[in-house]
Amino acid sequence: MAASETVSAPAKATETARERAARYIASRHRFRWVEALPWLLAVAAFFAFPDRMTFGSQVAIMVMFALSLDLILGYAGIVTLGHAAFFGLGAYTVALMMVRLGWNEPISGLFAAAIVSAFFGFILGWFLLRYRGLTLLMLTLATAIMLQEAGNLRSDISGGYDGLPGLTFKPVLGLFDYDLYGHTSYLYALAVLAVVFFFVRRIVYSPFGQALTGIRENVRRMHAIGSPVHRRLVTVYTIAAGIAGIAGALFTQTNAYVTLTVFDFDNSAKVMVMLILGGTGRLYGAFIGATVYMIMEDKLSKLSPTFWQFGIGLLLVLAVLFAPRGLLGLIEKAENYLSKRKS
Amino acid sequence: MPQYANIAVSILFDGLAYAMFLFITSVGLSVTMGLMNFVNLAHGAFAMAGGYLVVSLTRTLGVPFIPSLIIAAVVVGAVSILFERTLYSRLYRATDLEQVLLTIGLAFMAIATYTYFYGPIPKSVPLPRWLEGDVNLGFRAFPSYRAFLILVGAVLIAVLWYGFERTNIGAKIRAAVDNRRMAQSVGINVDRLFTLTFALGSGLAALGGGLAIQLLGLNPSFAVIYLVLFLIVVAVGGLGSLKGTLLAALVLGIFDTAGKYLFADAGGFFIYAITVLVLLVKPAGFYGRE
Repeated sequence: MAASETVSAPAKATETARERAARYIASRHRFRWVEALPWLLAVAAFFAFPDRMTFGSQVAIMVMFALSLDLILGYAGIVTLGHAAFFGLGAYTVALMMVRLGWNEPISGLFAAAIVSAFFGFILGWFLLRYRGLTLLMLTLATAIMLQEAGNLRSDISGGYDGLPGLTFKPVLGLFDYDLYGHTSYLYALAVLAVVFFFVRRIVYSPFGQALTGIRENVRRMHAIGSPVHRRLVTVYTIAAGIAGIAGALFTQTNAYVTLTVFDFDNSAKVMVMLILGGTGRLYGAFIGATVYMIMEDKLSKLSPTFWQFGIGLLLVLAVLFAPRGLLGLIEKAENYLSKRKS
Repeated sequence: MPQYANIAVSILFDGLAYAMFLFITSVGLSVTMGLMNFVNLAHGAFAMAGGYLVVSLTRTLGVPFIPSLIIAAVVVGAVSILFERTLYSRLYRATDLEQVLLTIGLAFMAIATYTYFYGPIPKSVPLPRWLEGDVNLGFRAFPSYRAFLILVGAVLIAVLWYGFERTNIGAKIRAAVDNRRMAQSVGINVDRLFTLTFALGSGLAALGGGLAIQLLGLNPSFAVIYLVLFLIVVAVGGLGSLKGTLLAALVLGIFDTAGKYLFADAGGFFIYAITVLVLLVKPAGFYGRE
């Protein structure tokens, strides 16, 4: 990256606007020590709760799913109600490769799922991202439901709502076999999440990521300065679709089954709630949101599913009224408040 | 009558009844969304509330079916003003996303509350005798309840059309949908207008919910399952357009019924395929403003 040279050099008075912008982007891209915290906690969880690792792997998968939504919703500002479409496509790609072709090597399966979902995301994005507001909401929602209905129509292939059970996959890298406690699943999901995360992190701190934020904040101005808005949006939609596909594929691989419920509106809504809860447009929002949501769901829905549904509704209402930037936003607010008091 | 003509008439009749339900329930949503651009995902919850109120009135208090429908519409309409004033009015200028989240949160809370009090099992209502069985229209018999639904729909369309096109308040609503700022600057109190249409729309939704019990069954997930259909009707018809909502309700209602009659397996596929096609060609719906 050309920007790294300008970082090391001290800022000169004669610095051009272009250099200043490059320095700004590079400084945001620099790794901060706080960022190691979620990863350390994830590894600590492995040793602290060795018997809850099946659950842990599901949390890691939902974090990845929420992260992909953050790219389009949090950074590019695309509001969609059909993100589960890509999760489901990824999930079914590996399942059908296993059932139809007998291909059960997990890592190549992830690549295949990413390619299928990204391709679909590209086609959909190309057509749909010209629309805004309610029209876009309804179009994304309708495409996800149409995929589900198409799967239901050909339940001889998809297994319908009964699903495709008993899928077995080869050991990861040919070395680590899946165990009853989900230890392999957890570490496998976490490793994939790490790779995906650093890829996403690189995107959002790149000039491309800046352009996306620009589109979110003011589309007209981005058009006016000559930014290829539609192409940028389709690109990020394609990437996000691919990542959601990987999350879906991991879901199938770690659960060893898949049903058409992966395409549910509930699934699209759930991932959005997770992201909102954590905070949009701030990378780690997906981590906090998905983890808090999954743990609360696990604890509360055992007590009473009705109670849990009420709680989630109340949480959404409160979040919109009092914490529009999510839990991370609240933490930042508290930080600002404390540092102001100190000075 | 030949077999295929018989089927075609059945589809048209059932489709028309279904379309009337869609129209009655969605028209309020369309007007409020057209007025304030407010994405209200809790609209289905108001319809569900109306349905349960009818169940309670008829089953527990022994009120006859038709008066229960009217009471439910009035009560839900009045209660909705409370929600509009305390919660919705804070978010008129907020983003789509915030409105989506607030209202879906309300819908979840409503579903949970009604599941707690009424349980998840579908409810039914006792109907007056004249609504059970068939009614003979000369050339063949039709189910009375659906005929009644079509009649109610037709009356409401006439009343709403008159109110919308021929009264002072209707003219104000149309003006505000067309251009809110201009309407405000000539002295129309758009906020009060919105409260009024919101209450009317929620009341109509409650009426639709009450009418739907016999047609579709009523359980707490009604609030979300049919919400998607109401939103589709609104989006396909065009925000704030009475004509558009009616046309969309007819097209979607009849095609959905035909799809389910003729290709039982394909289920809900048709309604979504039509939605996507219409919106790709006309993003603002049939009669929406681009």
